[in-house]
Amino acid sequence: MVVSPRLEMLGVGKRFGATVALADVSLVVQPGEVHALVGENGAGKSTLMKVLSGAVRPDAGRMRLDGQAFTPASPLAARAAGVAMIYQEFNLAPHLSVEENITLGAEQRSAGFVRRAAHRRRMAAIFSLLDRPDLRLDVPVRCLSAADRQLVEIARALLADAHVLVMDEPTSSLGLADIERLFAVIERLRAEGVTIVYISHFLEEVQRVAQRYTVLRDGRNAGTGAMADVALNDLVELMIGRRLHEMFPRVPHEVGVPILEIRGLAGRRQPCAADLTLHRGEILGLAGLVGAGRTELLRCIYGLDAVRAGTVRIGAYTAGPGARGVHLAQGVGLLSEDRQAEGLLLSRSVADNVTLSRLGPLARWGWINLRAVQRATTEWMRRLDIRARSADQRLRDLSGGNQQKTALARLLHHGVDVLLLDEPTRGIDVASKAQIYQLIGELAAGGKAVLMASSYLPELLGVCDRIAVMHRGRLGRARPREEWTEHALISAAASGKETAA
Amino acid sequence: MNTGAALAPLSRLPGGRASPGRRVLLTALAPFLGLLVVIALFYAIPPHPWVSLLDLQTVAVHTVIVGIAAMGMTFIIISGGIDLSVGSAIALTSVAVALALKQGWGVPAAVVVALGTGALCGFYNSVLITLLRLPPFIATLGTLGFYRGLAKWISGSMPVSAPAQGLGLWVRPAPVQEWLPLAPAVWLMLALGVFLAAVLRYTILGRYTFAIGSNEATARLCGIRVPRMKVYIYVLAGLLTGLAGLMQFARLTQGDPTVAIGVELDVIAAVVIGGGSLSGGQGSMLGTLAGAFLMAFLRNRCTVLGWPNFVQEMIVGHIIIIAVAIDQWRARRVER
Repeated sequence: MVVSPRLEMLGVGKRFGATVALADVSLVVQPGEVHALVGENGAGKSTLMKVLSGAVRPDAGRMRLDGQAFTPASPLAARAAGVAMIYQEFNLAPHLSVEENITLGAEQRSAGFVRRAAHRRRMAAIFSLLDRPDLRLDVPVRCLSAADRQLVEIARALLADAHVLVMDEPTSSLGLADIERLFAVIERLRAEGVTIVYISHFLEEVQRVAQRYTVLRDGRNAGTGAMADVALNDLVELMIGRRLHEMFPRVPHEVGVPILEIRGLAGRRQPCAADLTLHRGEILGLAGLVGAGRTELLRCIYGLDAVRAGTVRIGAYTAGPGARGVHLAQGVGLLSEDRQAEGLLLSRSVADNVTLSRLGPLARWGWINLRAVQRATTEWMRRLDIRARSADQRLRDLSGGNQQKTALARLLHHGVDVLLLDEPTRGIDVASKAQIYQLIGELAAGGKAVLMASSYLPELLGVCDRIAVMHRGRLGRARPREEWTEHALISAAASGKETAA
Repeated sequence: MNTGAALAPLSRLPGGRASPGRRVLLTALAPFLGLLVVIALFYAIPPHPWVSLLDLQTVAVHTVIVGIAAMGMTFIIISGGIDLSVGSAIALTSVAVALALKQGWGVPAAVVVALGTGALCGFYNSVLITLLRLPPFIATLGTLGFYRGLAKWISGSMPVSAPAQGLGLWVRPAPVQEWLPLAPAVWLMLALGVFLAAVLRYTILGRYTFAIGSNEATARLCGIRVPRMKVYIYVLAGLLTGLAGLMQFARLTQGDPTVAIGVELDVIAAVVIGGGSLSGGQGSMLGTLAGAFLMAFLRNRCTVLGWPNFVQEMIVGHIIIIAVAIDQWRARRVER
């Protein structure tokens, strides 16, 4: 007898505009298995799971759940069919109690009143399955630890009779003991016949918890099989694939005198005691997992986040704890990792965005010379190849690549010497990426210093002179690029232990 | 021509089939179109009272208090804030002016007192918002009560009569001088409107105001000292509120601590009708003036038609609702 798989996704394809997010991707998961879905950032894991959850409609392919055709029109429909997502950021109402959160939207009513007794019995059963029969149902969720909140999410899914649970980076906000407990819970769920799709960057975890794996790379299947048959190294190789073509034009540049020195820099939570020296004409890369503290480090250096201890020295200027305001005046500029929410004024024009931080030279007595603004912007648009109808076009209507180049143009218009670039090529097209790499090289050749954080390892290895890895808030030593391999970077990022290549 | 719209080319409308230029023009003119529609509606209603010159002059004068205060509010709303204390600050200023004149001070001194009182009110609001990091809605809800109480305290809860010293002429619908078709206060409002529209469009202050309202995080990232800018914006709005308070005094020639209750809502409505968005980043100075004029016109027509006060209130209420509904609708279209 052939048992039909619990979940089959076959030949799934999805494009967003010109970008191919998924191409002919398949994922087959058997009942009662933990299936690891791995891949680098941007490999298409989230998109695939959005297709599964009904949040994104695929352009091609089909899905089957227990042999039945499955075409969820919305996350609600997917949930009703038994597919539930446990996201990194929990979807809980912090002020409601555990019980209210679990039953939210699924209240059994009789004559308009919530039937509590029936619910309570089921919930008690679920929490004993989750090994937490002692969890109080009447406390507000905001009083719970991250681990318990996650259990509440899982309980909510189970109460809705989920057969397929998708866990997206479930351990990223947990401590070691909680991770062990979570693994025990996953094992129990599996024994109960629940199927789990487990997404994680931490390959060691994946190896422990999953029976089978599927690797995605650049929106395609890179491999699938039984976890027992594969070594960690093989998984890494499948993830990276590699075809490092001329994506990274190297502009010759000379490393000069130190321009930015940070000593023992600590932020509110992250980073802790970071030391780093950045030189003129140098491109220094920061690798690390999401949440490792790279963004926080850059923001502390820029003066946007509070500094708890340590110093930032920029030329002759030194900032420490209690320093106020950003260091634009000292010639440091930050490119935000989130250009939509922070980096740009999406509802304003290219000209407004490029000139915003340095309107002074374009104005007299506070009155702006609109023609000068226009001229300056047009010049930057030409030099950075920003494709817009005019300097007056609204940022919202530009592509991601052109938006990002606009954000870079602002730093250049400001004339900063130190560029802190946080994920400079996230979510932009390949052509713009290459242009940005070229630009970064030219800036270094012009004597500027670049400190860039990226989750895309090929670009770090392709562009940077030195690379340092951050792991849970700690900054490792910056080593020359030649001493790193992608493998070494991934393992340093995941474990915090550095092994020379 | 609406300067505010030219300031924000392409920024207020989503892309669409109509050419961008035409769409911008349409949005820019929307408040004025609304004004025309309302005027036309009133002609459609029997007994078709025609608008006389005196009517227009009266409406213009009745626009002054809300109009001047609303120009300050335009800055605040574009920056993503709100000021609920305007009405109370107007009352406080009118009392302060009355007390100053009663002391025998001249008109220049009274003007200084008015501007000073308004600026202090705005400054206090901004301190609460930036130092205590209160949401503007809450901070100014508090000062709404505080300024009203202050006005009652310094006036002994009684209207303060004072020699008007010619201030009354500023707001006389039919001016004494033949060559001046509108009251001096109206001219002052219009001149300020043109000046402030230019400030909004051509100065760094205006640019920063839009930037803060569009995305405060970006403004901070770009090194704009957001708290300091907010202080400037609220103090500027306070100066205009003070001027509105002076006009309030001129109209009644007494300082009444219970005057202008609820005026803050008219002021906010004028901005919103004029294209301002309560979520910030949008608004235009001349649109605001059109909005203020529209509301004054409505009230005037209702009076001419002999409709009771409650009808006016019901109609004006719905004008605000319609304006905000249009604003929300536009915002949703932008998001899509």
